[in-house]
Amino acid sequence: MSTAPAKTAVADADLTARYYDLDEHDHPEGGSTMLGFWIYLMSDCLIFAMLFATFGVLGANYAAGPGPRDLFDLPLVALNTSMLLFSSITYGFAMLAMQKGLVRQTQLWLVITGLFGAAFLGIELYEFAHLIHEGATPQRSAFLSAFFTLVGTHGLHVTFGLIWLGVLLVQVEQRGLIAANRRRLMCLSLFWHFLDVIWIGVFTFVYLMGMLR
Amino acid sequence: MLFGRLSLESLPLHEPIIVATFAAVVLGGAALVGALTWFRLWGYLWREWFTSVDHKKIGIMYMVLGLVMFLRGFADAVMMRIQQAIAFNGSEGYLNSHHYDQVFTAHGVIMIFFVAMPFVTGLMNYVVPLQIGARDVSFPFLNNFSFWMTTAGAVLVMASLFVGEFAQTGWLAYPPLSGIAYSPGVGVDYYIWALQIAGVGTTLSGINLIATIVKMRAPGMTMMRMPVFTWTSLCTNVLIVASFPVLTAVLALLSLDRYVGTNFFTNDFGGSPMMYVNLIWIWGHPEVYILILPIFGVFSEVTATFCGKRLFGYSSMVYATVVITILSYLVWLHHFFTMGSGASVNSFFGITTMVISIPTGAKLFNWLFTMYRARIRFDLPMMWTVAFMLTFVIGGMTGVLLAVPPADFVLHNSLFLIAHFHNVIIGGVVFGVFAAINYWWPKAFGFRLDPFWGKISFWCWVVGFWLAFTPLYVMGLMGVTRRLRVFDDPSLQIWFVIAAIGAGLIACGIAAMLIQYAVSIIRRDQLRDESGDPWNGRTLEWATSSPPPAYNFAFTPVVHDLDAWDEMKRAGAPRPAGNFRPIHMPKNTGAGIILAGISTVCGFALIWHIWWLAGVSLAALLITAIAHTFNYARDFHIPAETVAETEAERARQLAALKGAAA
Amino acid sequence: MPSLSPVSARLLRFSMLLPLAAMLSGCDWVVLNPAGDVARQQADLVVISTVLMLLIIVPVMALTVWFAWHYRASNKAARYEPEWNHSTQLELVIWSAPLLIIIALGALTWVGTHLLDPYRSLARIDKERPLHPEAEPMEVNVVALDWKWLFIYPEQGIATVNELVLPVDRPVRFRITASSVMNSFYAPALAGQIYAMPGMETKLHAVLNKPGNFTGFSANYSGAGFSGMRFALRGVEAGKFDEWARNVRAGSQDLDRETYLKLEQPSENEAVRHFAKVAPDLFDAVVNLCVRPGKMCMSQMMALDEQGGTGKAGMLNLAALTYDKNGREQISAILPGDQIAASQAFIKALCADNSPLRARSAEVGAPESLSLLRGANLPSPVRSGTAETGKLSLAAPVPAKSPVS
Repeated sequence: MSTAPAKTAVADADLTARYYDLDEHDHPEGGSTMLGFWIYLMSDCLIFAMLFATFGVLGANYAAGPGPRDLFDLPLVALNTSMLLFSSITYGFAMLAMQKGLVRQTQLWLVITGLFGAAFLGIELYEFAHLIHEGATPQRSAFLSAFFTLVGTHGLHVTFGLIWLGVLLVQVEQRGLIAANRRRLMCLSLFWHFLDVIWIGVFTFVYLMGMLR
Repeated sequence: MLFGRLSLESLPLHEPIIVATFAAVVLGGAALVGALTWFRLWGYLWREWFTSVDHKKIGIMYMVLGLVMFLRGFADAVMMRIQQAIAFNGSEGYLNSHHYDQVFTAHGVIMIFFVAMPFVTGLMNYVVPLQIGARDVSFPFLNNFSFWMTTAGAVLVMASLFVGEFAQTGWLAYPPLSGIAYSPGVGVDYYIWALQIAGVGTTLSGINLIATIVKMRAPGMTMMRMPVFTWTSLCTNVLIVASFPVLTAVLALLSLDRYVGTNFFTNDFGGSPMMYVNLIWIWGHPEVYILILPIFGVFSEVTATFCGKRLFGYSSMVYATVVITILSYLVWLHHFFTMGSGASVNSFFGITTMVISIPTGAKLFNWLFTMYRARIRFDLPMMWTVAFMLTFVIGGMTGVLLAVPPADFVLHNSLFLIAHFHNVIIGGVVFGVFAAINYWWPKAFGFRLDPFWGKISFWCWVVGFWLAFTPLYVMGLMGVTRRLRVFDDPSLQIWFVIAAIGAGLIACGIAAMLIQYAVSIIRRDQLRDESGDPWNGRTLEWATSSPPPAYNFAFTPVVHDLDAWDEMKRAGAPRPAGNFRPIHMPKNTGAGIILAGISTVCGFALIWHIWWLAGVSLAALLITAIAHTFNYARDFHIPAETVAETEAERARQLAALKGAAA
Repeated sequence: MPSLSPVSARLLRFSMLLPLAAMLSGCDWVVLNPAGDVARQQADLVVISTVLMLLIIVPVMALTVWFAWHYRASNKAARYEPEWNHSTQLELVIWSAPLLIIIALGALTWVGTHLLDPYRSLARIDKERPLHPEAEPMEVNVVALDWKWLFIYPEQGIATVNELVLPVDRPVRFRITASSVMNSFYAPALAGQIYAMPGMETKLHAVLNKPGNFTGFSANYSGAGFSGMRFALRGVEAGKFDEWARNVRAGSQDLDRETYLKLEQPSENEAVRHFAKVAPDLFDAVVNLCVRPGKMCMSQMMALDEQGGTGKAGMLNLAALTYDKNGREQISAILPGDQIAASQAFIKALCADNSPLRARSAEVGAPESLSLLRGANLPSPVRSGTAETGKLSLAAPVPAKSPVS
C-alpha cells in the first residue's frame, strides 16, 4: 500500500531530496558490459546446445557409411585438446599480468595464447582436410553433417577469438591497459574459457563417446 | 558468374500485378527521396535519427518500421481473402499457386517478424528506460545496430517482391519442402537470410534490454517495485535470448542443407525432417509469448491508469508472468500432435499447454478486479483493453481446445486453427499495440491522438475482426484446411465472402488509424499536452516532459514504492530547481546503419549465389566492425548549463499550466 | 450445406457458443457430425471441452462487461475504492478456479488421448457395438504423392489413386507414408488426421459407420498442387465393397515399381485411377525410400548403421542420383548443376536385391475397458499378467528402425 498523502510539515527541499537523487555521480562507463557479455555467451551456448542435440539425434545415422571408429584419430584430437587447454592457462596468465598492470607481459601471454589457438585451428583444419580427402565429407551422412557443423562452429568461434585477440593486441599497444581495454580483455577471457568448456563437451561427447559406440 | 543466379529473368517483368506495384513503389519512393532532398532533410534524418543511439528515437523508428511492414502484410492478407472468396466453381481465382503460396508465406513471416516484433521491441525500447528512471539502455550503440539489422531483414523480404521470389513453404518453412530438392529457387534463401539478419538484431536487443533492466533501475526500485510493463519486458527479453539462438541454429542447419548439401533435414542419408519441426517450434512457441507478454504489460499499465487505482494483485501478476515464461518452453510439441508421437507424450504436452492458461487466466482476473470499484475513464487505450479482454478469452478458449490432442486431430491445420491464432494475435498483440500507441503517443510527441478517428478505427477493427474470423472458425468445423487456393465445394463461398467483407472492414479500420495520425499531427496544437502526464499516470515515464529531453531525467528519481510517479504526485515533491550537473551521454554513431547495410548486401549476395560479392561484403563487415572498436570516444557530457536551461523552460511550462488551472 | 444467409451468419458471429450453434444448424459441420466412430468421439471431446471451459469463460466475459459499464467514470453512484488492490481470498479464487477447470480438462485429455490414440486398435464399431477381440482390421496403405493420394489394399491386392472406398462398420488400419514431402492424411468424416511423412510410417485406426460420399485431403501444405490434393471417400456396404474390389481386380493396369515411379512424378488435380494388381512389397519399398532399383533401403541402411556403419569401404558407395530429387527433377533442372551435384547422390544397395525389410512400427492394443475412466489400457493391478499385449508406446513414428525379418 502506498503511503497516505503526506502533506505534512516536511520541507519541500526534503521532499525533493527524498524523491530525486540529487547527488548522482556519473555511472562508470560499461557498468553492464560484463553482464551483457555473459548473457550473450549464454545465448551462444544455446546455439551449441542445439548443435549438440542435433549431433545427439543424428550422430548414429552413418547412412551405411563410415562411423566414428573408422574416422577419428584420437591421439591427434588429444593433442588438439591440449593446445586449447594450454591456451586457456596462458590466457589466465595474461589476465594475472593485466591485474598487475604489466603491459608487456600481458601482450606476451596473449601472443602465446594466440599461438596455441592457431595450433589448435591448424590441427583441426588438418583433420578436416584429411577426412574430406578420404571421402568422409559433410555430405556423406547425417552423422558427418552434424559432426562437421558442431566442430566447425566451434572452430569458427576460435577463429573469431583469434581475430579479436589480434585486434586487442594492437589496442593494448596503442592505449595501454586503460579501463576500456581491460574490460575488453575480460570479455575475451570469458569468451576464450567458454570455448574451452564447449570443446571439453565436444571432446567427450563427440570423440570419446563416439569411439565407444 | 558475375551475378550468380541473378539475371533479367529473375525480375518478374511478365507479372502485371507486380510490375504495377513496383512502378508504384518506385514512383512513391522517388517522390519521397525527392521531397527529402528538396527540403534538405537527409542531413537531419542522418544526424538526428539514423545514427541516433537515443532509445526513444530508436523506439519510434521501430514503430515506423512495424507500421510500414504492417501495410505490406495486410495487403497480402487482402489478396488471400479475395482469392479465396472468388476461387469457386472451377475458377482459379486471380492468383496462380506460385503467387498465392508466396503470398501466404510472406504474410505470416512479415506479420510475425517484421510487424509484431518491431512493434513490441519498439514499445519496450521507448518505455522501459523511462519507466525505470534510466537515461538510456545499457548498450546504446547495440540498440541502434539491432534496429538496423531488423530493418535489413525487412529490406530483404521487400526485395524478394521485385527481385526473384519469396518462399512458397508456409511461414515456418518445414523441410523437406524447404530443402533444395523441392524448393530450388531463391525464395527460401530470402526467407533464411532475412530472418537470420533480423534475428541478430532481435537477440542483441534482448541482451541489451535485460542488462538495462537488471543494471539501470532507479535507486530504490527493487524487482518487486518494477512496473508490470517492465516486468513483462524483462521476461520477454529473457525469452528472446533463450529462444532466438535456437532459430538461428536451426536456420543455419537448413541453409547448410541448401548451400553445402549436408543432410540434416533431408529424407536421404539419415537426415530427419521432423527434427526441424521440433527445433523450430522450440523457438516458435516461446516466440508467441515474446509477442504477448509485453502486451499483457501494456494492458496492466493502461488498466491501472484508467481505473485510477493500483493494479489488483501486483505480485500475482508478476508470478503469473514468470510462470508463463518458464512454461512456454514445455509446450512446443502441441504444434504437431499429429506427427504420431505416443499418447503419453501428446497428453503431457497437451496438459502443460492447458496449465499455461491458469496464470493467463489469473492475469485476466487481475485486470478484471482492477476494474472493480474503480472510476474507469474510457479513453481509447482503455477501450482497446476491454475489447482485448472480451476477444482474447475466446482465443484462449479455442487455444486450450486445440491443446486437447484428440480435438487437435480434427482441428489441426484447419481454418479453426487460423481463426484461433489470429484471435489471440490480433485480439491480443495488435489490440495491445494500438492501446499502447494511443497511450504513449502523447509522451513521445507532446500531443494526444485524435479520439474521433481513433474510435472509428476501433469499431471498424473490432467488428471487422469478428466478421473476418468467425467464418474461419465455422469453416474449421466444416473441415476446411488452411493454405488452400481453390475450392470445389460451392457452399463454402458465402463464408469466404463474409470473411472478405470483414477484411474490408479492417482495411477501413487501418485507413481510419492512418487518418487519425494525420489529423492529430495537423491538429497538434489543439491536442497539445504540456503537463507530460495527460492520463494521470502512475509510473515514472509520466514524471518527465513530453517529449522527454534527451537525457530523460535531469536527476534520477528515487523510488520508494510501486507506482513511483503516483506516489511522487501524492507527496507533492517539488522538482529540483538548481544545482544541475553535466549529464554523461552516449554519442551518435553511423556504425550501426553501415554494418546493417553491408549485411543486407551480404545477404543479397548469398541469396543469389554471387559469391565474390558475398566474400567482399563479409570482409567489409569484419573490417568495419573492427574499425568501430578503435573508436574509444563514444560518449560526451551534456553541459550543466544546457540541462539547467532545459529544466528552467520545463519549470516555466509547468508553472504556466498551474496558473491556467488556478 | 445450407447457405446461411449473411444475416444469420452475422447472428452466429455474436454467438460465443460456436460448437453448440454448430450442432443446432444441422449436419454440415462435418467435424462435429462425422460418419466414423473415431471422429465422433473426437467431436464429442471438442464439445465437452468447450462446455467445460465456457463454465469460466462466460462469467468472465459477463463480469468484464458489467464492471466496464458499472464502474464507468460517469457513474458517480458506483463505489470507488482507489486503495483497494489486494485480497488474499480473491487471489486464491482466481488461481484455483482455472486450476480446477484445468484439472478436469487434464484428466479428460489424458484419458481421451490414450483412448483415441491413432495407433491404438479399435475396441468397438460404434457406441453400441463392441468389436470382437479376434477381429482383424482391414489394412489400407496410404501414400501421399505429389499431389495425389495412392491407396493400396494389400488384402485385395488392388490400388487406387484419389479414391478411398471403405466397407461400412469394418475397422481399418491405415499405414501411412509420403513420397517426397510432408502431408497430412485427413478425412474429417472418418477420423482425425495424422501426418504422412517420407521415409516414415504412421498409423491410423478408424471405422466408417455410414455409407455415403465424403471427401478427404491433405491437411498440410505440400507445394504447388496442394489445393487439388483431394480424394473421394466412399463408404459402401460390405457386399458392395467386395464387388467393387472384384471390378477393380478385373482391370488391366498393374502397379509395379516402374508404374509407381511414373505415378510418383508431380502432377496436379489427378482423376481417380484403379490398379488391378500391386507389386507385393511396394508399400514397404516406398516407406524405405527404395522403389528405384539399385537404391539401398532405409531398413538395410539402419541395420548397417546399428552395426557401426560400413567402415571406410562404404565411404564412396554412391551413385549419381538420389531418391529425394527424382520427384521433381524438372524443377531441379533449372538450377545450375554444381550445387545440386553434391546432393545428387544416393546410396547403392550393397547387393542386387533391394527388397525392403518389413518395418516394425509402434502398435497399441485395443483398450481393455470402454468405460471412460478405466479404458486407457493401463494394466489393472489385479490382472497385471495380461498387460503385455498393449504396452503404452512413447515412440514417435520411427519407421523402419530395426528389421524384423
